[in-house]
Amino acid sequence: MTAAFSISGLCFTYPDALQPAIHQVDLDIPEGAAMALLGPNGAGKSTLMDLILRWKKPDAGTIRLMDRPLADHSAAELGRLMALVPQEEQSQFAFSVVDYVLFGRAPRLGALGLPSRGDVAVSYQALEEVGLSPLAERSVMSLSGGEHQLLLLARAIAQQTPILLLDEPTSALDPANTANVVAILKRLHRRGATLLFTTHDPSLAAELASHVALLQGGSLLAEGPTGEVMTGERLSALYQTPLHTLRHNGRLLVFRSA
Amino acid sequence: MMQKRHSSHELAATERARRNRLLLVGLLLLLPVLACLFLFFGRYPQAGWTPPGSFWEEPLLRLILTQIRIPRILLALMAGAVLAGSGFVFQMIFANPLVEPNFLGVSQGAAFGASLVIVGFGYAPVWIQVSAAGFGMSGLLLSWALARRFRFGGWILRLVLAGIAVSAIFSSALAFLKLVAEPTRDLQDITFWMMGGFWNITPARLLSILPAVLFSLVVVFCYRWRLNLLSLNDRTAHSVGMIPIRDKTILLAAATIGTTAVISVSGLIGWVGLIIPHLARRVFGADSRHALPGAILIGALFLLLCDTVARTLFASEIPIGLLTSILGAFGFIFILIQRRGGLR
Repeated sequence: MTAAFSISGLCFTYPDALQPAIHQVDLDIPEGAAMALLGPNGAGKSTLMDLILRWKKPDAGTIRLMDRPLADHSAAELGRLMALVPQEEQSQFAFSVVDYVLFGRAPRLGALGLPSRGDVAVSYQALEEVGLSPLAERSVMSLSGGEHQLLLLARAIAQQTPILLLDEPTSALDPANTANVVAILKRLHRRGATLLFTTHDPSLAAELASHVALLQGGSLLAEGPTGEVMTGERLSALYQTPLHTLRHNGRLLVFRSA
Repeated sequence: MMQKRHSSHELAATERARRNRLLLVGLLLLLPVLACLFLFFGRYPQAGWTPPGSFWEEPLLRLILTQIRIPRILLALMAGAVLAGSGFVFQMIFANPLVEPNFLGVSQGAAFGASLVIVGFGYAPVWIQVSAAGFGMSGLLLSWALARRFRFGGWILRLVLAGIAVSAIFSSALAFLKLVAEPTRDLQDITFWMMGGFWNITPARLLSILPAVLFSLVVVFCYRWRLNLLSLNDRTAHSVGMIPIRDKTILLAAATIGTTAVISVSGLIGWVGLIIPHLARRVFGADSRHALPGAILIGALFLLLCDTVARTLFASEIPIGLLTSILGAFGFIFILIQRRGGLR
């Protein structure tokens, strides 16, 4: 299997910080994988995501995207290869839902191009995919938290990229909305999308990820297929609290000791 | 069933876009019609309507038409378009509906530049224009240079802070100039310049600002859809293929160059860049693809109407900045107390 991302010797330290946020990370993310970057708060998950997104520049090390150095891709090329679903995003202006999803088409238009009817149709399909099409003409400012997360997901889907980066995709959602988002992500993964998501919730990683990378203090603790990497021992060491795993009806469950 | 619902929603969006396009074309057609009509309004030979036939009969009227009314109406259109368009750009880029083009030390710089000439050399329109434009642009450049050296916050926040600091420096310098200005003549000239007006425009001065105005409007218009993306946070804009710092820099420079050119000949005209973008978003929706050209056209229309009132209503000229401030403030209050109120 070819690698969507191939990361080697990656280091990054924030200005004025004493400790590196990312230290000597080597990681291959296979094409078509659903990989969770799992770790406690402050482990370096979001920083690693930003480096992969090329939003931050590493101090040392390399990232290859689809077998080419990340730095060699143009901004528009990056936008055609990977889409971002941020953890939160607020608009100060009352865009309609469909107009907001249409923003995902930007990397496919020329430098100063305008979206066509075809782009509008793709945006509606994306809204259909996440179940938001009845709200297409509503203002994004009137959406609930769950609907807003689906909106960001729809924009990423409209971007039609082979890779989706998701920053804590369910951290602000109630159980029903979490189940909805997970179901959509599983569907996208089955269709061949490479998913890379950060989470501090081992249960989400166990449910959604085919591969897991465990991050602690900016270093990689372990990585590989979910079933092999997510053991009670490793998770307990990662979160500094006793955690156990159990396989039930083919599903991996994570729970805390009573 | 799903397909049918899907199509009906698509139809709603298409219908909305079609309505907006029609409105834009309507405004575009209305502007030259009104501009031509308002050529027949003025204070000579009497305040109000000038019969078209009298232009043939009286050579002085023809001179007034070509040397005063036509340049003045064109300046009103250009100023309204630039100030409203630039205001729209600033509000989107700063993701803040309360900012306007004079945010980066430009207006205070221009006011200082104009006052410096008035105090030093008396009322010399050409030199006032040159100095106002020069100091206005230096306000931008100083804000820029300071923001690069600040060690606090992100780029846009640093720019805003630098703009506040530079404006304060120019304001203090302006206060000093007012203190030392000759009170019966120079101080009045400074006050009048700062209230804004189009009375001293000439064809040559109009031509001198035309390249900057066209450059500003063309750049801003080309970015009309992508401006939406720049109102999101920079990380998101980056993820959809934008280069936020580069694109914002281009747009801020274009908006500021246009604004500086206009205020160098017109003096300070407040509220247009703040209130017209809100009005445009009410009429066209938040999507800047239509709302930005809408703001440009409504801004042109607004200043055309204001200027016609300013030069026709009374025997003496009303400073246009005074009119725009009154109308702008009432418009602002009206928007805030409307049922579907709030800033957009």
